[in-house]
Amino acid sequence: MSQPEQTFDITLNVNGVSRAVTVPSRLLLSDALRHELGLTGTHVGCEHGVCGACTVLVDGKPMRSCLMLAVSAQRHEITTVEGLADEDGRLGAVQQGFRECHGLQCGFCTPGFLTTVSAFLKENPHPTREEAVEAVTGNLCRCTGYHNIVESVLRAAEITEERAATAGTTQTKDTSR
Amino acid sequence: MKPAPFTLHVPTTLDEALDALADTGQDAKVLAGGQSLIPLLNMRLASPRHLVDVNGVGGLGRIDAGPAGVRVGALARHADVEHHRGAAAVLPLLAQALRLVAHPVIRNRGTTVGSLAHADPSGEMTAVLSLLGGEMELARKGGARTVPAADFFRGPLESCIEPGELAVSAWFPALPAHTGTAFREVARRHGDYAMCGVAAAVTLDGDGRVARARTSYISMSATPLVLDLTDAVIGQLSDAADWDAAAQLSADGLDPEPDIHATAEYRRHLGIVLTRQALGEAALAAASAGRSVPSLEPTP
Ligand SMILES: Cc1cc2nc3c(=O)[nH]c(=O)nc-3n(C[C@H](O)[C@H](O)[C@H](O)COP(=O)(O)OP(=O)(O)OC[C@H]3O[C@@H](n4cnc5c(N)ncnc54)[C@H](O)[C@@H]3O)c2cc1C
Ligand code: FES
Ligand code: FES
Repeated sequence: MSQPEQTFDITLNVNGVSRAVTVPSRLLLSDALRHELGLTGTHVGCEHGVCGACTVLVDGKPMRSCLMLAVSAQRHEITTVEGLADEDGRLGAVQQGFRECHGLQCGFCTPGFLTTVSAFLKENPHPTREEAVEAVTGNLCRCTGYHNIVESVLRAAEITEERAATAGTTQTKDTSR
Repeated sequence: MKPAPFTLHVPTTLDEALDALADTGQDAKVLAGGQSLIPLLNMRLASPRHLVDVNGVGGLGRIDAGPAGVRVGALARHADVEHHRGAAAVLPLLAQALRLVAHPVIRNRGTTVGSLAHADPSGEMTAVLSLLGGEMELARKGGARTVPAADFFRGPLESCIEPGELAVSAWFPALPAHTGTAFREVARRHGDYAMCGVAAAVTLDGDGRVARARTSYISMSATPLVLDLTDAVIGQLSDAADWDAAAQLSADGLDPEPDIHATAEYRRHLGIVLTRQALGEAALAAASAGRSVPSLEPTP
């Protein structure tokens, strides 16, 4: 190309942190996260929407970061797998569920599952097994055979509830003091 | 792979968007949800010189549901339409079809109008718009036109949208009272494009007899195919109607092409079986709709 490539100065808000970057218009959000921001937790498999490895949350909703331009992500809150840990740094409920149930082997697909399942459990905190299966049909895993992933989803729902209950008791104690 | 370089336009008003499209004409593509276009760019099956990203344009995301039908704006995501209570009350067929469009994650970003503009012969919403006899509202700098579904789809991945034009909304008209609908399809993998899909609408008269039975198809022809199968079942009681005969009648109208996923013969077989199933399900829905006419929820 004789002309220099068009770029945009944008601000990306990822995991609660705003970062100013200059990106070519054609840069995909997945590549901006990995190469511009160094957030390599978001994985790239197929780059056409089929595998789900690149799934991130956009304003809380799961979307394919390989099918979004970085420029289009401005003015939205992006959450990647790096943003799923609890505030005190311990694994988030969904991460903990996957860990306990051996919901991953090589881990390539895992970031996409974790983001997708996090959003799913917010909408449906007590899924049936069938609903848990349905929730992950858009994500491919070539290792696990999915059984442990479905277990992980169900366990994550339990952990979320357990943690909410403990937080509740701690809070009651705190206020009674 | 990555997209080839392009110049990106990010209008924030409809006028700016139409100006950008007018200026760039042939060389430009509209970017809506990007769930069909960005895969094509990534694979370099398309390399337009300009992209007009309409996601920042205000007012295009509206969904208006009323007794006459549902109007869906260009930026309404599949998921928004699928979960819209007012739309579901007027036209259950919208959600019946949308839950078969890709996966929920794709539906969070992809737009219903974009899937119509994309005119994929396997796109569920093309069959829905065609069965209902809906319309597309197109705008260009200094003008607008309304195109009925029958004229909108020109061929595989080809609509009548001209360079410089933007589809601003799709209109899905309501069906007569005592009408039930269904959408059935068979795909190789969950969430994939279907090898065959059938939308059906069955209307009953006051005595519960079939007054009208129509179907439309995806993946069976270059543009959505609509069949009127009323002759096979007219006047029959809905719970005892000869849906087999209606399915056999549909066979005369089905002439699919073979491809890597299915032979023509198999696809035709699917068409007949799914026609029977979809009509039966639609008739059941029509019978229960007759007992309790759904009250219109106010649109949120
Ligand atoms: C993994 C996967 C599976 C899928 N499975 C299905 C499926 O089973 N069924 C199905 O129907 N779809 C499926 N899709 C496609 C999806 O429904 C898309 O959302 C839809 O086809 C296009 O909508 P979009 O808003 O994403 O449009 P884009 O990708 O932005 O655009 C698609 C095309 O339409 C044009 N266009 C879009 N909006 C307008 C407008 N307002 N005016 C003029 N032109 C416009 C664009 O220029 C482009 O040529 C799938 C996609 C993926 C990634
Ligand atoms: S890399 Fe985005 S879906 Fe596969
Ligand atoms: S753990 Fe290897 S692909 Fe899922």
